[in-house]
Amino acid sequence: MRFQEFNIDNGYLEGLCRGFKNGVLKQADYINLVQCETLDDMKLHLQSTDYGQFLANEPSPLAVSVIDDRLREKLVIEFQHMRNQAVEPLATFLDYITYSYMIDNIILLITGTLHHRPITELISKCHPLGSFEQMEAIHVASTPAELYNAVLVDTPLAPFFVDCISEQDLDEMNIEIIRNTLYKAYLESFYQYCQTLGGTTAEVMCEILAFEADRRALIITINSFGTELSKDDRVKLYPTCGRLHPDGLAALARADDFEQVRGIAEYYAEYKELFDGSGNNPGEKTLEDKFFEYEVKLNVYGFMQQFHFGVFYSYLKLKEQECRNIVWISECVAQKHRAKIDNYIPIF
Amino acid sequence: MAARYRETYIYSFGGILAAAVVVFGIYYILTGQGERIDIGWFLETITPYMWATTGIAFAVSLSVIGAALGIYTTGSSIIGGGVKAPRIKTKNLISVIFCEAVAIYGLIIAIVLAGMLDKYDPLKASPEKIAQNYFSGFAMFGAGLTVGLVNLFCGISVGIVGSGAALADAANPSLFVKILIVEIFGSAVGLFGLIVGILMSSRIKMGDI
Repeated sequence: MRFQEFNIDNGYLEGLCRGFKNGVLKQADYINLVQCETLDDMKLHLQSTDYGQFLANEPSPLAVSVIDDRLREKLVIEFQHMRNQAVEPLATFLDYITYSYMIDNIILLITGTLHHRPITELISKCHPLGSFEQMEAIHVASTPAELYNAVLVDTPLAPFFVDCISEQDLDEMNIEIIRNTLYKAYLESFYQYCQTLGGTTAEVMCEILAFEADRRALIITINSFGTELSKDDRVKLYPTCGRLHPDGLAALARADDFEQVRGIAEYYAEYKELFDGSGNNPGEKTLEDKFFEYEVKLNVYGFMQQFHFGVFYSYLKLKEQECRNIVWISECVAQKHRAKIDNYIPIF
Repeated sequence: MAARYRETYIYSFGGILAAAVVVFGIYYILTGQGERIDIGWFLETITPYMWATTGIAFAVSLSVIGAALGIYTTGSSIIGGGVKAPRIKTKNLISVIFCEAVAIYGLIIAIVLAGMLDKYDPLKASPEKIAQNYFSGFAMFGAGLTVGLVNLFCGISVGIVGSGAALADAANPSLFVKILIVEIFGSAVGLFGLIVGILMSSRIKMGDI
């Protein structure tokens, strides 16, 4: 989209999104939070940030789960406001972002239904950004195949089912395999959509989504060592929109242990750095932490350019990372176990 | 999606037009009627009133388009950024004023040129008078087109810089003055067009006298 026309439909929302991003906690705020002794101290410190009075109505003593819920609620309100004001093509873009939460919700609901949990309990655990109209109707189905025919075919996720999972598969497959297959289809579809948008949006978003795809391929491979997942099944879960496609993915399909995966990652300069400094010893960062740090770095770069949609995606991801950070610090404070309290991922 | 269709339409329309011109040109040349493609005849038979008024139209319309593009670009960013950082609202109106100035340049030139319009009688006027009127017509067209195009691009650029200034100011107040300097340079470009337009129009003398 050309510079001149971007602001007609999206100028206000971009300004608003950048305003939200300016409220993301800085290093000084984290230093204050880390020094808190109790959760009420943390509530006091958070009042002076952009969060304001969000915990005002909560009865003390505070619990970490309550803080987590309120943080998420604030994020959801901001995102929903932007989504309500958006027009095409930004509206489709923001919808694509919510599909990943929808996938998580559907898997949660399917698992819960198969274990005969009450539907209200499950709905309250769902992520609000991923809610869709047919959520209440999930309990009418007793098998995943029925579920698909009755409910899921009307949701925006139907195309992701259609491409990769047939009805028999739904009944037989492990639920995690379904989740990863859906996510692969979603990621590739999102990548295609960003390519059609073109311009700066494609530049920024495709880089972020390529890293997401590669990260999932690496994590799936590493986690599948020692499980029953065969190599062929593993290959079907790798998203193909990243840098590792096609050679890296083919090599990963044949990998047998962590050292081989590290060797494959060393062909790619960005991933080599991530594997180099990581390890499971105390004092070293884990690989997941390094992945999170790299993702935060890419998302911060997204804000360096103007007139593209990447700022909305990056804002959401950075706010989520901030929520995870605050919850981590809250847990350390609540349990009085301060050894690893500095292991949050710094954003700004 | 719509943008891609629009680009396809524009390219195909332009392509067909260019092809038609080339085909007609080659047809005329090959059938010995090459003299029919006569640019000089074209320029001479169009009355100077047409040139003059087209120039005036370009001056004001292209300037206003530029100013409007600039104002909506910077205005929507100011509004968006002003939600979370209300202090930027008043300071950043300077960007809007710079864009508006661009429209005013175009208006000035259009009024000046319109004031010089005068009619002459082509049958009774001497050849020098006719030449003078033709010169005036061309000069007004040139001045108007110059000012119009310069203001169009000046307006777009001031708008984009102003939008960046508003969002940067919302994040860090010390940045506003520095980005304003960039905007001032962008605005100066519009002034160049005005100067050249005034220079061109200083020799215009239309009419019988």
